[in-house]
Amino acid sequence: MFHQQFFMVGLLFVCRQIRSHVSYEVKDDVAVIRINNPDSKVNTLSIPMQREMAEVMNEVWANGAVKSVVLISSKPGCFIAGADINMIQACRSAEEVTALSQEGQKMFEKIEKSPIPIVAAINGSCLGGGLEFALACQYRVATKSRKTVLGTPEVMLGLLPGAGGTQRLPKMVGLPSAFDVMLTGRNIRADKAKKMGLVHQLVDPLGPGLKDSDVRTVEYLEEVAVGFAKGIVNKSIPLTKRKGIMQKLQDYAMGIPFVRQQIYKTVTKRVMNQTKGLYPAPLKIIECVKAGLEKGSEAGYLEESQNFGKLAMTPESKALVGLYQGQVACKKNRFGTPEREVKNLAILGAGLMGAGIAQVTVDKGVNVILKDTATEGLSRGQDQVYKGFNAKVKKKSITSFERDTTMSCLTGQLDYSGFERVDMVIEAVFEDLSIKHKVLKEVEAVTPPHCIFATNTSGLPIKDIAAASKRPENVIGMHYFSPVDKMQLLEIITTDKTSKDTTASAVALGLKQGKIIIVVKDGPGFYTTRCLSPMLAELLRLLQEGVEPKKLDLLTTSFGLPVGAVILADEVGIDVAAHVGKTMTKAFGSRLDGGNIEVVTTMVEKGFTGRKAGKGFYIYEKGSKSRNINPAAEEILKKFKLSAPPSVSSDSDVQYRLVSRFVNEALLCLQEGILSNPMEGDIGAVFGLGFPPFLGGPFRFVDAFGADKLVQKMKKYEEVYGNQFTACQLLQDHAKDSSKKFYK
Amino acid sequence: MDTQVFIIIIIIIIIIVSHHVEGGHFNVKIKSLAFKCSMQTKSKKTLAKPGVKNIVLVEGVRTPFLLSGTIYNDFMAHDLARAALLGLLNKTSLPKDAVDYIVYGTVIQEVKTSNVAREAALGAGISEKIPAHTVTMACISANQAITTAVGLIAAGQCDVVVAGGVETMSDMPIRHSRKMRKTMLTLNKAKTLSQRLTLLSKIRLGYLTPELPALTEFSTNETMGHSADRLTAAFGVSRREQDEFAFRSHSLAKKAQDAGLLSDVLSVNVPGKGIVSKDNGIRPSSMEQLEKLKPVFIKPHGTITPASSSFLTDGASAVLLMSEEKALAMGYKPKAYLRDFVFVSQDPKDQLLLGPSYATPEVLEKSGITLDDIDVFEFHEAFAGQILANLKAMDSDWFAQTCMGRKSKVGVLPIEKLNLWGGSLSLGHPFGATGARLVTAAVNRLKKEGGQYALVAACAAGGQVVMKVIQNYFFI
Repeated sequence: MFHQQFFMVGLLFVCRQIRSHVSYEVKDDVAVIRINNPDSKVNTLSIPMQREMAEVMNEVWANGAVKSVVLISSKPGCFIAGADINMIQACRSAEEVTALSQEGQKMFEKIEKSPIPIVAAINGSCLGGGLEFALACQYRVATKSRKTVLGTPEVMLGLLPGAGGTQRLPKMVGLPSAFDVMLTGRNIRADKAKKMGLVHQLVDPLGPGLKDSDVRTVEYLEEVAVGFAKGIVNKSIPLTKRKGIMQKLQDYAMGIPFVRQQIYKTVTKRVMNQTKGLYPAPLKIIECVKAGLEKGSEAGYLEESQNFGKLAMTPESKALVGLYQGQVACKKNRFGTPEREVKNLAILGAGLMGAGIAQVTVDKGVNVILKDTATEGLSRGQDQVYKGFNAKVKKKSITSFERDTTMSCLTGQLDYSGFERVDMVIEAVFEDLSIKHKVLKEVEAVTPPHCIFATNTSGLPIKDIAAASKRPENVIGMHYFSPVDKMQLLEIITTDKTSKDTTASAVALGLKQGKIIIVVKDGPGFYTTRCLSPMLAELLRLLQEGVEPKKLDLLTTSFGLPVGAVILADEVGIDVAAHVGKTMTKAFGSRLDGGNIEVVTTMVEKGFTGRKAGKGFYIYEKGSKSRNINPAAEEILKKFKLSAPPSVSSDSDVQYRLVSRFVNEALLCLQEGILSNPMEGDIGAVFGLGFPPFLGGPFRFVDAFGADKLVQKMKKYEEVYGNQFTACQLLQDHAKDSSKKFYK
Repeated sequence: MDTQVFIIIIIIIIIIVSHHVEGGHFNVKIKSLAFKCSMQTKSKKTLAKPGVKNIVLVEGVRTPFLLSGTIYNDFMAHDLARAALLGLLNKTSLPKDAVDYIVYGTVIQEVKTSNVAREAALGAGISEKIPAHTVTMACISANQAITTAVGLIAAGQCDVVVAGGVETMSDMPIRHSRKMRKTMLTLNKAKTLSQRLTLLSKIRLGYLTPELPALTEFSTNETMGHSADRLTAAFGVSRREQDEFAFRSHSLAKKAQDAGLLSDVLSVNVPGKGIVSKDNGIRPSSMEQLEKLKPVFIKPHGTITPASSSFLTDGASAVLLMSEEKALAMGYKPKAYLRDFVFVSQDPKDQLLLGPSYATPEVLEKSGITLDDIDVFEFHEAFAGQILANLKAMDSDWFAQTCMGRKSKVGVLPIEKLNLWGGSLSLGHPFGATGARLVTAAVNRLKKEGGQYALVAACAAGGQVVMKVIQNYFFI
């Protein structure tokens, strides 16, 4: 008897507990459905989540006492972050992925056609499949919290919104905005979403009251959403917004087929311009939207699911998904929590780099001293930081008051006062070993023993700099990329003597600054500069061989680089390139051969140091967007002219001569242990040097392109130019054994 | 012997007693004679501190508080302040040269009279030899004026100070846009006609858009009402609770007005419009009517309505403060001692109006008394929800521990002792003047109700708050 009862209770318990992702309760006549993935910080639309959601919805629809529904997440800061990527990656064929997409479409169709209104109550990230879910609901309420963002980031993974997004978005926000949202994949803040018509109502986040503010804000969101749900049922809240004149005009224009055709054309042209046709996803998105609007929604949904399947199988999507996963991994500190948090940071040198580092640090609750040796430099640097924040004020992402309080945490000075309180110093002074030694000694004389000395050099070996240090365990390299506020990568370089805690501290600060971080071993040029150097040497040779700068830029951008290689050289600075080139040649000898270094030294002598000087290979004029060739630079190139061997000078050869040297050097870094894994190599190349993202990075490129094919090409070049094109051992191993891959 | 003289004599006697045998048999006698309040339950019989001067409030007055845009429409701020000053002088028969100093508080300054205290004093015929200055601290500007005065007296700088506050929202300094101002100022410096014409030709239509004084919090860009609505939501204060509190405020104000308890209100002659002697914002209605109102700040789901917010008001107030010795020497019968005060401030975003919760325990500890010792509470009612949120905050252990860093909650504030003669919701809230109204109301209630200690609190923009303890003078 007792046993039986126990069993019954047990069974009941099991029945209740069998749902782990979705639960609901009925408040008055409103069913509040709560989403909560039990084993993750975020909710994703995984298979169990979808199954349980379908079950719960069926129960709710079958319950006559329920008149409306509120859909809300129990996770702080996340509504639904998107579909489960693993679910898509587990699929082996396009058909399987298409089937997944169709299941999602069906589920959201049911939601859209629900006999009772469903209110999505959004707090935190509402992305991808999460947004598509919300879009299918009848009403959307979102908190104005900074964590609340809506968007369809699928395009960044080489995919498209595959659960009705391409069909619903244009109807909801109009064709131009829908394209903007889907093709950029950008995050949209709640207030912007309201303006666009993506959400109906906004709820303000609350401060602390009788409970924690996050907890209470979500409760409040639920209360308000329940109120709206009841209001929709009793018709006091209208489901459709009254449209303004602009909206009506736009709707009218979109009703004209000719106008729509023009929009498709313009958008396609713009996409082709930006992607050079290398990314299939944006074009497919346009196709899906077009199919839905021109051939009816059935055709649209079919197009969407099939294209989704196709895209998921493309190498581009796989590469982009790989980068996404790498990026997530590089946003973690694998060295643990440092003993001391960096609260006071000093930056030496208020140049572009120093000021850039200050800008990304000072708004993260870190007090920053920006030190320079001259008033002019210091004031220019402070202005740069101010401009950075002021631009945010203009974009309304911060208030002018926040700008001012942030700027108050930045102290500009010419001396070492206050350095006795500093936890870390990042030096961004001139790239000269003796100057670096001088400041290192000066700094160590005034800073506390725990203070870390980080050097922002792009080429000098850290151990040479650390040689002057009393505390080499506190010396580390932090290689930022210019412009610091835009470039996501931070390359951290450790020497044999760098302590683990120093590394942990540097990584922690970098993460605070919002950087994607790779940690590499010390050596000339570390990883990124080392990959770039042989490519620049080759670039110079190509220029000497008479390839027009504009043509070189075109060839490199059509290969997928975000900016042309010659423009890149101008951006980096010809003087920097010359300096790095010399150091690298000293270290690596003839493998770094290519163009004649005297070309660049002559340019530097004439003051053509690149963009910053207004003249490099190109001429840069303020306010003008078109770039003209610098005739004086052309003269110099003519003086050093080389003849171009026809066997290795086709357009494709030009591209592969550049790329193969880059890739070979990257593999060499892994072979030599500078890199600890291929993933960090890919992340570094893509986020720091602009290696084409759709190729996923040099390592994924070798996997996809075939090591043997690459070695073949290199052999051809080796015959003409010698050992600069000798494939490294690792590449040769991969070429010999096709089962060897960097990514499984 | 007429009664006037008799009273003065009694006071003198009491003073003598209080100096020699405080709490002695005389006290008991007087208590049994005049007051019903049981003093034995108080933790302390007086808040006088050794070595600290006793500062007394002799009298407090105010002009009627009127809805902005009504009868005071043509008054400038200094007109209202002058009316309050004159009223105080008349009521106390204080000679115009007996004042040592004048301090006034105001929030939105009229640029022509930025030191409004001085203009009002000169206008009132107060000796030109008497200095005056103006302070500003948002809604607690008058409190700041009073505490400034207390400081001047305590420091021995002055013996007799008039403090007060004034605000008019019927007229506001609306400015040209920044671009227009810049052009106009450059125009001043332009020397030739062509320079002037070039400047003038640069003026665009957009330059003509006027700039209104901001009613939003500068640091957060949020209006106070919006912040208050979020505050009520954070504390789960319901719409109904707020409506009830607003209803209470108007009902109590009406009752007090009808019973003639608002004795601090002066009669003011407004040229061309006759004599005003009553506040005109008191509008007791019904709960049904209040329920119908729509939220004003957060739409459509907010809970604060026009009825549960204080309204834009014109008015001025003034109090006469003296050192105790001086008051007695001049033959005055002081009404109350002004004792301890604290100013606190906190996060202007989420805790903009939560100050009273923070300041209450602080000032009580400073005085060495407890919440139970207080007989009269006068709290500024910015919004019904704000008062209620504060009551909930003080009654929450979580809030005390998490936000205030205290071991346990402050306690339940006895609402039956709070704002019994109405509050800012019903009487009105001329920003700069409210502080002095609160102090005078607390003092008059102490007198009327026979209490011993009063607590005055007001919150202000910027997340700041003032808290004052007032001690009735009946004991001395």
